[in-house]
Amino acid sequence: MSSATFVRLCFVPLIAFTLAFLALPLVRLFFASSESSAGWGIYLEILTTPRYLQTLVQTVLVSLAVTAAALVISTTAGLFLARNRFPGRGILLAILTLPLAFPGVVIGFLIILLGGRQGLVNQLTSGHVVFAYSLFGLFLGYLYFSIPRVLLTVMAATEKLDPALEEAARSLGASPARVVLDVILPGLAPSLVAAGAIAFATAMGAFGTAFTLATDIDVLPMVIYTEFTLSANVAMAAALSVVLGIVTWVLLVLARNFSGATVAGGG
Amino acid sequence: MRLTFAKTLQLAVTLLACAFLFIPTMQSVLAGLTANYFRGISSGLTLKWVAQVWDLYADSIFLSIWLAIACLACTLVIGIPAAYGLARNPGRVSRILEEFISLPLAVPGLALALALLQLYGSMKGFRTSWTFILVGHVLYTLPFMVRSVLAVLSAMDLKTLEDAAASLGASPWRRFADIVVPNAMPGILAGALTVVTLSIGEFNLTWMLHTPYLKTLPVGLADSYASMRLEIASAYTLIFFVIIIPMLVAMQWASQRAQRIK
Amino acid sequence: MSIALKNVAKTYPDGTKALQPTDLEFRAGEIVSLLGPSGCGKTTLLRLIAGLERPDAGSSIHFDTDDVTRLPVEHRRVGMVFQSYALFPNMSVLANISYGLKMQKLPAAEIRARADEVIKMCQLEPYANRSIDALSGGQRQRVALARAFAPRPRILLLDEPLSALDAALRDKLRDELAALLRRFKITAIFVTHDQDEALAIADRVAVMRNGRVMQIGTPEDLYHNPRVPFVAEFVGHAVELCGTVEDGKLNTPGGRLALPRTDADYQVYVRADDVKLSQDGSLRGTVESVTFLGTHYRVGVSGVVQGLLYANHTGTTPPKPGDTVRMEIAPEALLLLPRERHAA
Repeated sequence: MSSATFVRLCFVPLIAFTLAFLALPLVRLFFASSESSAGWGIYLEILTTPRYLQTLVQTVLVSLAVTAAALVISTTAGLFLARNRFPGRGILLAILTLPLAFPGVVIGFLIILLGGRQGLVNQLTSGHVVFAYSLFGLFLGYLYFSIPRVLLTVMAATEKLDPALEEAARSLGASPARVVLDVILPGLAPSLVAAGAIAFATAMGAFGTAFTLATDIDVLPMVIYTEFTLSANVAMAAALSVVLGIVTWVLLVLARNFSGATVAGGG
Repeated sequence: MRLTFAKTLQLAVTLLACAFLFIPTMQSVLAGLTANYFRGISSGLTLKWVAQVWDLYADSIFLSIWLAIACLACTLVIGIPAAYGLARNPGRVSRILEEFISLPLAVPGLALALALLQLYGSMKGFRTSWTFILVGHVLYTLPFMVRSVLAVLSAMDLKTLEDAAASLGASPWRRFADIVVPNAMPGILAGALTVVTLSIGEFNLTWMLHTPYLKTLPVGLADSYASMRLEIASAYTLIFFVIIIPMLVAMQWASQRAQRIK
Repeated sequence: MSIALKNVAKTYPDGTKALQPTDLEFRAGEIVSLLGPSGCGKTTLLRLIAGLERPDAGSSIHFDTDDVTRLPVEHRRVGMVFQSYALFPNMSVLANISYGLKMQKLPAAEIRARADEVIKMCQLEPYANRSIDALSGGQRQRVALARAFAPRPRILLLDEPLSALDAALRDKLRDELAALLRRFKITAIFVTHDQDEALAIADRVAVMRNGRVMQIGTPEDLYHNPRVPFVAEFVGHAVELCGTVEDGKLNTPGGRLALPRTDADYQVYVRADDVKLSQDGSLRGTVESVTFLGTHYRVGVSGVVQGLLYANHTGTTPPKPGDTVRMEIAPEALLLLPRERHAA
C-alpha cells in the first residue's frame, strides 16, 4: 500500500462518521424547517411574530450583557493573577478555573442555591430577595459559565505578551495606568475579541442553565425546546435552531480568524 | 506585592469573582452533607443523602462512566487517524474539513440533537439504545481529540521523521504505529482526558437524546433538581464534583504538558 | 553498489523545475558530494535517489542492474542521514539504531548483535540506552549515521550531515565523518553547501547550480581545473579579472598582466592564494581592508577589479588601508574559462 493511500484511508472513519451524524442530520434539520404550512416563509415568520422576535432580541441582549461583564471581570482578575505572585494565588486561580467542567445544569442549581426561594441571599436578607428565576438569575448563570473561559484566554494571552514592551514603555516614562492602556490592552485585544465572541455564542446557545432555572423568560434555546416538546412545532424548532446555529457558528469563525485562538465553547 | 489603589481594586474584583464562583459551590457541598439544610450545620453532618443518591441514581452514574469510556474509544479510533491525515495534508481542504467537524463546538447542542432526532428519530431500535446518546457525545467531543492530537503532530517535523522511518524500511502502517502514535502521545492523553471530562458532564445533547430508561449523570442531576429535596440534589451534585474535578485537574495538567512540546 | 541515473528530472506540481534532466554515474564504494548553493537541486537529487521523491516520466535510476525508479523508499534499502537527523524521540539510541533491522524482521539476537557492532563502530557504547534528548549534537549525528548504516543498506545518503552542528564542532566532526564513511566501505552520496566539507570528505564532487550538474570530478580536479566560471567562483572563491586582451597580455584597470595563452575567447579568474603582494608586481591598487586571519592577512585591494581583489598575505607586516600596493600573479595560476553565455 502506498503512503498516499494509507493517509487517505486515515480519513475514512472520520468522513463516514461526520457524514452520517453531522452533515446529513444538519441537512435534514434545514429541510425540516420548511415542512410546515409556511414553507420557507417560516424564517420570515420568526421576524414577524412578536414572540419569536422578542425572544431573539432578549437572547441577544442578555448575551451582550454577559459578554461585557465577563470581559471586565475576567480581564481584571486575569491580569492581576498573571502579573502578581502572592500567597494564595494558586487557590484563587483554582477557584476561578474549576467551574470549567461544570455543565449548565449544575450552574443553574448553584444559582438557585444563591438566589432561589431557599437560597443564601433570601435567607440572609430575610426579605424576599429571590432572583434566580428572573432575567438577572439567567444573567448570573451565564456569567458563572463564562468567567473561567474568558479568564483562561486572558491569562494565556498575557503570558504571551512580550514583557520587554512594558519595560520599554516604563523606561519611556509611562505610568502603570498608561502602560495598561497603551501596551497591555492593545496586545490583548485579539484574545479579548475571541473570548468575547465565545462568551456571547455560548450564552446565546446555553440550554442547561435556563432549563434548571425553569425560568419563564423566553430565551432562544428554551423556546426551541418548548416548540419541539410541548407544541410539537417541529418546523419552527428546526428553523430557530438553524438561525441560532448559524449565528453562533459565524461569530466563532470570525473570532477565530481574528485571533487564531481556540477555546472550547462547551457545556 | 505593593498594594496601590489600582491593585487594590483589581484584587477586590478578583476576590468578588472568586466569592461568586465559590460560595454556591460550597453551599452545595455543605447542603449535601448536612442533615437538615434549613436548620444549618448545627443539625449535624451526615452521609445519608449521599447514600440515598447512590440508591436512586447509581445506574445513571455507571451509564455516564460507561458512555465516557465508549466515547473515548470512538474518538481515539476516529480522531487519531484523522488528526494524522490532517497533519500530513495541511491544505485548504483539510482546513475546511477541520472547520466542519468543529461545528459541534459552535452550534448549540440543542440544535444538533434536534438534527439527529429528525434524521434517526424514527429508527426505533437505534433511537432507544444507548448508542444514540453515544453518537451525540462522540459528535461533541471528537473535535477536541482531533485538535489536541493535531496540535502536537503539527509542532513536530512529522514528515521528516516518517521519511526517516521509511528509509529504514517501515511500511505506512508501521510508521503510523511506531512513530506517529507514540510521539503524539501527549496530545492523545490531553485529548482523552478532555473527551472523558466533557462526556461525563454533557447535558444539552443528552437531554434531548435520552430515554426514560437511559439517564446519564447530568440528566439525573436535572431530574433531581426538579423533583428532589435540596439535600439530595446537593449530595448528587457533590458526587458529580468528586468525579469531575480530578478529571479537570488531570486534563489541565495534560494539556499544559502537551502544549510545552510546541 | 554502483548507481546510474539516466535522464533523471524533477518538476514540482507548481511547475518548478527542481532538477533538469541529469545523467550521472556513481561507482561502487566511492564517496560523492553534491555541492552547490541552496536551491540548486542537490537535495532534490538526493531525495530522488533515496526514493523520497518521484522523478518525472522518462527518468531511470539503477542500483547496479536493479531498476529502482518506481520503487518506494521503504523497499529501496538505502540508508539516509537527514539534515535534522530525524531521530525518533520516542525511542532510545539503541532502539533507533535497531529500528531498520527490526523492519527486516531479523531474529532478536541478530538485531542485537548487529546493532552492537554498529554502536561500537560509531563509538556510541556509553549512550546506547540513553534517550535522544540526552545527546549532544555530535552524538546525535553519529546515532543518525549508525541508524542509517545498521540495516546494511545498498547505499548511504547524507543530507547536509554537518549543518546542524555549531561551527567549532563541525571541523572536528568533518574529519571523523570522513574516516567513518571510509571504514563503512559503502557507496555514499552526501549533500552540502560547504565547499570545504565537500573537498575534505568526498572522492568526487558534483557541483550543481539551477538544477544542473555543472562539473563532476575529484576535489583536486575541481579546484585546479574548473571548467566553468561558476565552479571557479564556488570552489575556492575565484574572482574574475576583467580587461581587454592585447599582445598576450590582459589590460586591467590596475595594470597589464601576462597570460599563459591567447587562443580563444575566455574569462580570466584568480584566487586570493595566487595574488602576491610584491614590490615589482605589474598590478597596482589601493588597500581598502586588512583582516588578520591567524595564518595570514587578507588584504582587499581596489582599483584592479570591480569591487575588491583579495590577496592572502603571509608576511608579518601588512600594508595599511590607504597604501598603494603592487601585486603579481603567476601566469600559470590564472584560470582561463570559456565565457558564460547566459547570465543567471
